[in-house]
Amino acid sequence: MKPEILINLVYIVASVLFILGLKMLGRQATARRGNALSAVAMLLATVATLFDHNVVSYTWIIVGLVVGTVIGVVCARIVKMTSMPEMVALLNGFGGLASLLVGWAEYGKIRAFGWERYLGEFAGTPVFTASVIFLTVLIGGITFTGSIYAFAKLAEWLPGRPSVFRGQHLANGALVILVLVAGVGFSFDALAPLGGLAFWVVLLASLVLGWTFVMPIGGGDMPVVISLLNSLSGLAACAAGFVIANNVLIVAGCLVGTSGVILTAIMCKAMNRSLAGVLFSGFGAAAPGAATASAAGEGEMQGELKPISAEDTFSVLEAARQVVFIPGYGMAVAQAQHVVRELAEMLESNGAEVRFAIHPVAGRMPGHMNVLLAEANVPYEQLVEMDAINPLMASMDVAVVIGANDVVNPAAARDRASPIYGMPIINAHEARTVICLKRGKGAGFSGLENQLFLLPNTRMLYGDAKGTLQSVVAEFKALAAS
Amino acid sequence: MELILLLFIFALAAFLGFELIAKVPSQLHTPLMSGSNAVSGITVVGAIIAAGTDDGSWLTTVLGTAAVILAMVNVVGGYLVTDRMLGMFKKKEASAGKKEDRV
Repeated sequence: MKPEILINLVYIVASVLFILGLKMLGRQATARRGNALSAVAMLLATVATLFDHNVVSYTWIIVGLVVGTVIGVVCARIVKMTSMPEMVALLNGFGGLASLLVGWAEYGKIRAFGWERYLGEFAGTPVFTASVIFLTVLIGGITFTGSIYAFAKLAEWLPGRPSVFRGQHLANGALVILVLVAGVGFSFDALAPLGGLAFWVVLLASLVLGWTFVMPIGGGDMPVVISLLNSLSGLAACAAGFVIANNVLIVAGCLVGTSGVILTAIMCKAMNRSLAGVLFSGFGAAAPGAATASAAGEGEMQGELKPISAEDTFSVLEAARQVVFIPGYGMAVAQAQHVVRELAEMLESNGAEVRFAIHPVAGRMPGHMNVLLAEANVPYEQLVEMDAINPLMASMDVAVVIGANDVVNPAAARDRASPIYGMPIINAHEARTVICLKRGKGAGFSGLENQLFLLPNTRMLYGDAKGTLQSVVAEFKALAAS
Repeated sequence: MELILLLFIFALAAFLGFELIAKVPSQLHTPLMSGSNAVSGITVVGAIIAAGTDDGSWLTTVLGTAAVILAMVNVVGGYLVTDRMLGMFKKKEASAGKKEDRV
């Protein structure tokens, strides 16, 4: 049998395993095996490719494989669970850059070999192959710098607030047009002297575009951005697959691309915002305008912030039979997940029923809170989704809001003037008592005042969430000891 | 003709992707995302072909090798991190027993 046929048979097996792995990742019981299966598929595809007849020298491949593996293992070992969003963003950026470099290298080969010899190896026509190289570089470049910017925002190396400047949309629009013109020029004659220039324009402009595309997006919208960038890295790989006519690249890249699109849509729906709105509105930067808009609803905003001490919090919780915790990004910042779990266990041994209500966009990436609570050994049966908890909310004695803000802001349901109006929220305000843990008296990430904090049944527990909860736990321990 | 076949594969894979992911519980969104992020490292296949071809230019080798490294970090890091995360999702009985189970 010809080696090409054997390689393609292995690619088919790998594609099937990728599909099965992804399917199994969607269920709690099989997720871990699904991930392993997907890794096996990757191994098969990688090993099979080493036998491709285009591969004639192995030194640098082996160097690359070893160096990459070592870095990957080290990264995966040392990363903290709270840093998971930025880790995913960083890895995603690497994938995008890798695809960009593949596109670049293939263009170099075309220049060295000429079209005839190149297309004898890989299927295609000059225009088709050049246009998919253009797409690979464009999508890969956007993925790379976009992910790096997202990483820097998530790691708080850059401020999480959206940065907008005058004429930003205009500048972005001009860049997009420039990229498209250069891309079309490149596609029609990649080997002409102007083709080479067009390639450089596409390369540089796509890198700038990735940066400016994430720039105006605020930290609260990060779950959407991360899902979208994830999708793009798959599409970049897919485009590279079309360049070298490789079916496993196309299948795997396309699976990632579409699954990312779905996650993005789920995240947008959870915020009741359109993708265009997230990408182009610079949400939160418009806070001054928003503030005047909600000033109209000032009448119902009346009320005062009522602080509560850790001791009183203990008394309230001690008497409660139904308790729900509502975590947000603040819990991650305060690293409070372990002490929250400890408190939950104490409440349970005190006879209360404890749930955790998870909003789909709480945190900085899809499912962020679930990962943190799982790390703290909270059993996943206690984690309840928004739609499941809201009907029960009125029967809750206490709702403890830990560093969440917009996802529990009743303005989203009541105040038409509010920028987050229409966003589905966890109805914390329906609980008999609401205790909000907050570092200080500032507005939330989106810069909005939270009406929940002003309600008569709300008490504010100020301070670092970890510290204040520790003192509540200490009270419980003292009770148990006495 | 081969181009048409590739587009055909692409179209089918796109529909499959939509079908597979449409009903995933939100608890699994992060592992799903980091798992599929690892899959996007499949570009390592293209990187190997780029790095291994000899077209007489050092640039292709440099670009190819850098691509292999980056894609491998994406693949290995992605799968291991996903596995670590999934290892923490536990049912109640299991979590009561052992408190520390970190990689």
